[in-house]
Amino acid sequence: MKAPRIGAEAVAAKGWLRAHKWLLARRLSQLGILALFLLGPLAGVWIVKGNLSYSYTLDVLPLTDPYLLLQSLLTRHLPEAKAFVGAAIVLAFYLLAGGRVFCSWVCPVNMVTDAAAWLRQRLGIKGGAHVSRRTRYWILALTLLLAATTGTLAWELVNPVSMLHRGIIFGLGSAWAVLLAIFLLELFVMQDGWCGRLCPMGAFYGLLGKVSLLRAAAPRRAACNDCMDCFAVCPEPQVIRPALKAVGGAGPVILAGNCTNCGRCIDVCSKEVFAFGTRFGNKAEKTTPPARSAASAACEQG
Amino acid sequence: MHSTDMHKPEKSVAAARRQFLLDSARLACGVGLLGVGIGLYAKQAKALPPLAIRPPGALKEGDFLGACIRCGLCVRDCPYDILGLAKPEEPVATGTPYFVARQLPCEMCEDIPCVKACPTGALDHGLTDINKARMGLAVLVDQENCLNFLGLRCDICYRVCPVIDKAITLEQQLNARTGKHALFIPVVHSDACTGCGKCEKACPLEVAAIKVYPRELAKGEPGKHYRLGWVEKEKAGGSLVAPDVQHQYNLPEGMRYESGKGLMPSEAPPAAPPPAAPGAQPGLPKALQGGKL
Repeated sequence: MKAPRIGAEAVAAKGWLRAHKWLLARRLSQLGILALFLLGPLAGVWIVKGNLSYSYTLDVLPLTDPYLLLQSLLTRHLPEAKAFVGAAIVLAFYLLAGGRVFCSWVCPVNMVTDAAAWLRQRLGIKGGAHVSRRTRYWILALTLLLAATTGTLAWELVNPVSMLHRGIIFGLGSAWAVLLAIFLLELFVMQDGWCGRLCPMGAFYGLLGKVSLLRAAAPRRAACNDCMDCFAVCPEPQVIRPALKAVGGAGPVILAGNCTNCGRCIDVCSKEVFAFGTRFGNKAEKTTPPARSAASAACEQG
Repeated sequence: MHSTDMHKPEKSVAAARRQFLLDSARLACGVGLLGVGIGLYAKQAKALPPLAIRPPGALKEGDFLGACIRCGLCVRDCPYDILGLAKPEEPVATGTPYFVARQLPCEMCEDIPCVKACPTGALDHGLTDINKARMGLAVLVDQENCLNFLGLRCDICYRVCPVIDKAITLEQQLNARTGKHALFIPVVHSDACTGCGKCEKACPLEVAAIKVYPRELAKGEPGKHYRLGWVEKEKAGGSLVAPDVQHQYNLPEGMRYESGKGLMPSEAPPAAPPPAAPGAQPGLPKALQGGKL
């Protein structure tokens, strides 16, 4: 017996296109960014040079991976000004758009892990090794420690994210094996294993995401019919509950740093509970208490 | 926890704390293990194979691996496409730029675009004269197969050198095999060689006799205390020890010494030669004339 498709209700209610709006936009963004990078080497049209570690657009716009710059600084190397400017621009962007927007809208590994998650759901694979979602922060700390102690960008020797992106643009080599390993890890060993538990880049952007502006929110949470599709589709399901169920009097904005702003919850909700908004105006509505938890939360607040 | 309702919550707090410590220890150990692996790998990755040459201006390998963020802009801005980023399976730190001279040597662009493109200074922006680049040092490794050493006039490495007559000169020697020809020995001078690799690329042998090696591999170094007398003398403008004594030969009278031939009679005998004893051979010292003392 096959598990019911996530979002089937939403497709029935809103039509396929509207039930995949943000997913399509995200794929467009991910592939579009790759295409921009590939336009140079494949077609000789040099709009962007470099890769996600550092790129130079139209010979004016530097963009630097701030996490990589931080590691480089920890090796006690002082880069040129361009690298700092690039990192500042990138930091400012993700502080506005949402820290882990990098993960869901830019990072090429996301397509690999999304494919694994999709297949996992279709094949009905459940369970697997349990590794805490906190692990990524430990790995983040480890990578910084390694930079400081080895004096080299040690994580870059094995980082599958930069390996894949650089590989697509400059020649993949055996990097495909690393990506296959991640695919299989997510498919058979751990749900959301790489992106949700291990990746230190995600952890870094997740920390940025704690204070970023643009957020997914559940402004119409009163309409929730508890179909659980959003939880099933979300790569970081723990971020939804406080906002959707008003846990502890939480407002409807998803404030957890690990929300990737992927918008899949918006897509798969047949009741149109979710929408993008900002972090401000996050008040638990008092006029229409949606669930008993929200009511009790209101009591606690009052 | 409040002191009123003591027993149960205390216990659960203790259990939670225990669980937390246990979880943290598990995480720390697992991640630590990963760290040991990557750390050891990072140490190995510092060993750049001799044939992989970094672009001009590259910092020392240890510093380079902390400074280079593997963006590949140097690769992109190289007009001759000689640079590549190391793939994971290659024996060079993943993602870092290098070239192999025997495949494609550095063309030594005057404006050094690869250095200009580097956003981090892993390629030192202080390098503005490509002739001051020190990517490596050419070494005529195989003196048995080098055609010039065999007495042939190959000279290709010398001719293709962008710093001709400074980085490589031809030094004339006697060809002992034929006894009458010359050998023109290519000699590399480390004060001018940039390590571009054109000589290695151009060497006509199946395997190049001249190769670019990392400088620290190619160069010897005398003891720190060691001084070359003639250099010191030149610097000081005169002898630093007791003044040189005018050399004097103390030869038997009427004799002179010629290198390779030994003693022989002076051509111009002393103004008043002693009258020769009867039967004596003229010019020979008395002691050597035998019998007639």
